[in-house]
Amino acid sequence: MAEAIVFIIFALVAIAGGLTMLTARNPVYAAVGLLSTMFAIAIMYVLLDAHLVAAVQVIIYAGAVMTLFLFVIMLIGVDRAQAYGDRPLIQKAMTGVVAVGFFATLVLAGREVWVTGSDAFGTPDLNGTIENVAKELFGNWTIVFLASVMLLTIAAVGTIALAHFPSGEEDGAS
Amino acid sequence: MTVTVTWYLVLAAALFSMGAAGVLIRRNALIMFMSIELMLNSVNLTFVAVSKHLGLIEGQVAALFVMVIAAAEVTVGLAIIVAIFRFRSSANVDELSELRG
Repeated sequence: MAEAIVFIIFALVAIAGGLTMLTARNPVYAAVGLLSTMFAIAIMYVLLDAHLVAAVQVIIYAGAVMTLFLFVIMLIGVDRAQAYGDRPLIQKAMTGVVAVGFFATLVLAGREVWVTGSDAFGTPDLNGTIENVAKELFGNWTIVFLASVMLLTIAAVGTIALAHFPSGEEDGAS
Repeated sequence: MTVTVTWYLVLAAALFSMGAAGVLIRRNALIMFMSIELMLNSVNLTFVAVSKHLGLIEGQVAALFVMVIAAAEVTVGLAIIVAIFRFRSSANVDELSELRG
């Protein structure tokens, strides 16, 4: 019962954060809405006994990614970004229809056994502690882990390459 | 009233739909990017919920890898947005319709 109450409260927080992100004119408000959604999802992970994933969610998403977003919003300038008008009403209505239809399709598909798998099997008291996740991560998934390390290195190098502008080039293109 | 896996899947579907709507409806490149992050988060929630449901730890490992991909994507994507902003002084995607610099 307590689990249900916590779930309902934080599901509402997550949906409210998502709607804030969808409708806010100011990008900073959108970022704060997404931040609350991410915290609510971290609570969901705790409810699902995925403790390591919950910690990583808070550290990486709420900590690093959203800080980076807010930093770029400040770099670009808030008032400049909010000056543009939104989509016309017909596009908003069509997007609403598409989103609701997509949601209904997902929910209907989730009722089918071939999408979600059959009934629960294996250990019902699965506990996502660091030890359990690390055994799997560094056991069966070592190659994928090393590939992700390589991916992060490539992403860092690519970001530096994108951010590097020689001083002569800047004048010509603008 | 017990919380079943269906509740989590419905919540994840709702969040994913909101993210998809955000990509379609917003013009600001940063907010479109945030919508993509919301979609990745909802998929992570699905992974972890089904992992709990089936008693398999692989779902949580997959969620961690999705987070790694999302972190790499954020760094590169924000660098692209900043680079575009330097040339065009705009984060509006409708002004970037030409295929030239």
